[in-house]
Amino acid sequence: MNEKPLAPAIEGWFTMDEKPRLIGTQCCACSTYFFPKQQRYCKNPGCDSTEFREVELSRTGRVWSYTNACYKPPAPFVAAEPFEPYTIAAVTLEEEQMTVLGQVVTGVNVSDLKVGMAMELVLEPLHETDDDIKMTWKWRPLAEQGEQH
Amino acid sequence: MSNDIAIIGAGMHPWGKWGHNFVEYGVAAAREALADAGIPWQDVGFVSGGATVRCGYPGYVAGATFAQALGWQGCEVNTSYAACASGSQALAAARNKILAGACDVALVVGADTTPKGFLAPAGGYRPEDPDWVRFYLGITNPTYFALYARRRMDLYGDTLEDFAAVKVKNSLIGSKNPRARYRKCFTAEDVAASAMVADPLRLMDICATSDGGAALIICSADYARRIGKADAPRIAAISTVTPSFASAVVEMPDIATDSAAAAGIDAHSFRAALPVKAYEEAGIGPEDVDVAEVYDLSTALELDWIEDLQLAPRGEAAQLLRRGDTAVGGRIPVNPSGGLACFGEAVPAQALAQVCELTWQLRGECGDRQVAGARVGITANQGLFGHGSSVIIKR
Repeated sequence: MNEKPLAPAIEGWFTMDEKPRLIGTQCCACSTYFFPKQQRYCKNPGCDSTEFREVELSRTGRVWSYTNACYKPPAPFVAAEPFEPYTIAAVTLEEEQMTVLGQVVTGVNVSDLKVGMAMELVLEPLHETDDDIKMTWKWRPLAEQGEQH
Repeated sequence: MSNDIAIIGAGMHPWGKWGHNFVEYGVAAAREALADAGIPWQDVGFVSGGATVRCGYPGYVAGATFAQALGWQGCEVNTSYAACASGSQALAAARNKILAGACDVALVVGADTTPKGFLAPAGGYRPEDPDWVRFYLGITNPTYFALYARRRMDLYGDTLEDFAAVKVKNSLIGSKNPRARYRKCFTAEDVAASAMVADPLRLMDICATSDGGAALIICSADYARRIGKADAPRIAAISTVTPSFASAVVEMPDIATDSAAAAGIDAHSFRAALPVKAYEEAGIGPEDVDVAEVYDLSTALELDWIEDLQLAPRGEAAQLLRRGDTAVGGRIPVNPSGGLACFGEAVPAQALAQVCELTWQLRGECGDRQVAGARVGITANQGLFGHGSSVIIKR
């Protein structure tokens, strides 16, 4: 059994809870969301705000599109040996009006997905180091396909 | 007042994986374009180079590099970097120089030697770099092309057979292009037998990277008249607009789109915006277009471009393809050069190669690849960091 501690693959980009959320920012003036976090200048052309609050993004959304990776990507990706293909989805968050890419949980294939399907955010290992297991966000089909929150 | 600028010369070094220095390709393309124009190098008053920038790759393609290689003769130079649109941006700089009255004749040139293997970001832990982030999370270039392709399948009913048919169409016509790198006529069976890279795209659905060089000689309408080329194809429009916020399609190298949640903000498609400005500037519409050269980084992406150029209503490009409308001999031929499918991408040269092909098409010099009676052509391409272009030429 692996006793290594869990650590986020990218520090500060998501919560490490059982029901994780991506951590973004929101412009204090125009309410535009940003992921990854934007903290210095607002990218809305009609807004010159420099004030942002950190926010946790919706943890469910709908599939915009999906694919997989059949070949091992180059570094900095850390591949398991032998390389196992994995599924990828782009998921649109309704409140944020934003689409976020991520791997899909192990065991879910392209043939299991469809544009518009409801998905939720979970954490899974990305790779291991000598010291810890690096966790990342992944998308998982919601058991209840009507459910959104 | 007409802002038209004449294209009096076009030249290319054949695409391939030659492994030589990029300057050699650019010089060869420039000399061919000069010979095509029938003017001496010393008449060129401005050299505008398309450039590429890569991590750790000394591939700077500067106007000065070409000007020196061709022999310093005291002209002015410019270097443009705009990813896949570098060539168009260099072309726009040269057009502006001529329109401003600062020179009569300009050489626009782009060339590339592609590095071997994957184009990967620098190492370390660098979460501030979106390119590093996406590779770390396992998202490569084909991921994005595949997301667009799969969305077409789910939304519009496009099939794997449609995507393969784009490759078959482009390889058939490209087999007749001596400047193309891949000149084999591939079948749908060949595509289906190639390895899956990013479902639904197979190896033969995705374009390679190549070495190549392309060049144009452009000039004022006065100069064209003086040398007896008053009927040369004209540049009617160059669009190099940025996206508009909120850009709603997830684009390489980003991990997420803009948010369109703020009041007064709508979601926009960058690809669809590129030709809009070109049509406006040229004062024509998609119904006036005879031939198009579009950036088929994947087979499915050619279908997206056809709709972005408004050559078909959204979701109906595959119907044009199935009817043979987009083949040479059809109603609106797309990629009569063979496209990126037959060339592979040589970034700073590619947007110029598109214009070279349209120049030869409008002059009726394309032989077996000729689009009969072509008078108006449009290009489209899109690359990293909000760069893209659409050029319209007419005769």
